[in-house]
Amino acid sequence: MVDQQIEIKDAKIKSILTSVCDPEIPVLSIMDMGIVRFIEINGTDINLKITPTYSGCPAMDSIADDIRAAFKKEGYTTNIELILAPAWSTDWITLNGRARLEEYGIAPPMNEEADKMALIDGVKLVKCTRCKSTNTKMVSQFGSTACKALFQCEDCLEPFDYFKCLK
Amino acid sequence: MTDQQTANSDNKLYEYLLMLGDNSMILGHRLSELCGHGPTLETDIALTNMSLDLFGQVRSYFQLAAKVKGGESTEDSIAFLRYERDYRNTLLVEQPNTHFGYVIGRQFLFDAFHFPLLQQLQKSKNTDIAAIAHKSIKESAYHLRFSSEWVKRLGAGTAESHEKMQEAINHLFPFTNEFFVESNIEREMKEAGIGADLKLVEEQFTQKVEQVLADATMEYKELKPRMAQGKQGLHSEQLGFILSNFQYMQRAYPNMQW
Repeated sequence: MVDQQIEIKDAKIKSILTSVCDPEIPVLSIMDMGIVRFIEINGTDINLKITPTYSGCPAMDSIADDIRAAFKKEGYTTNIELILAPAWSTDWITLNGRARLEEYGIAPPMNEEADKMALIDGVKLVKCTRCKSTNTKMVSQFGSTACKALFQCEDCLEPFDYFKCLK
Repeated sequence: MTDQQTANSDNKLYEYLLMLGDNSMILGHRLSELCGHGPTLETDIALTNMSLDLFGQVRSYFQLAAKVKGGESTEDSIAFLRYERDYRNTLLVEQPNTHFGYVIGRQFLFDAFHFPLLQQLQKSKNTDIAAIAHKSIKESAYHLRFSSEWVKRLGAGTAESHEKMQEAINHLFPFTNEFFVESNIEREMKEAGIGADLKLVEEQFTQKVEQVLADATMEYKELKPRMAQGKQGLHSEQLGFILSNFQYMQRAYPNMQW
């Protein structure tokens, strides 16, 4: 597998990229999502490659616009290319990203096997983001966006999203 | 290769991309018709999310097709500005949303074909097609799980749900034969290592369908295949209705922009 996270040594560039969020999950920066796949810095010219989470992700265009705007504010020009390979995986969400998802009320993705057991066989594995109970049930395999499923906690009754495993 | 040969092989690749993209696009459109009309909120959201996935895949195919074709071709002109006979989708995906059994039956039969097709395309010598397949198969896996579970739930559910699911299968299954009748373009693409081997896709399809439809207590083995030539541009009356809706904006306001 290709390296999961790109390393950015320039602190300023890094902080600009970290300031851009996924508009549908505003607590997650695009760096935490792992969708920035390549960066090349030539003075004030930035070449970036980003990859979509899902093919039909409607946020991609707005993310690209937000990246351009954030760099422009700091005097950079950006050239952004959308790439499909290698295909994005939920494994690329950083540990920090997973923690922030949970705080925000979205259960982070489990491994492939556990994901399948929870979504298909109804095994109670997904942890409620509010009370941490695993006594939860799937309400809908597709939630507010294609990448999430809708769950409900049967202890505290909290409805919440689960970020589905994509590998 | 001479210029003429390059142009020929580009044309064939373009046609092949239409076959791949048109299936996803027309099915995506059918699912989008259910937006706000699903039987329950959860299924409404699921079906329209699947539509979104399919349209995402179509964009990738048609951006590539536009590059192959060159000139003024764009993903939008390919999607919206062709005539009925230029669409290369199979007839199954244009069948209407008669009732929920039809929606689920159509989805399942398509997913059972689409998933192994993408498995094959992941190995395509065309790296762009392979990349699209790698991306799409993850989504297709979720679609197949969703539609398989619903076919079983309806088929092995109440007497009424069983009857309606069987009615849908009786209508839809005969269209699946078309997936595996290899067209000249598909044969050439397979031989060039670009396209899928439909024989292998069919084996996987048959296995999956047997397993799910048996669980769903559906009868289908006696159904006679329908002659269908959507891949050659010969469509059912349904496609005309779809396109009159689908292309309306682009025809009424040429070159419109959002």
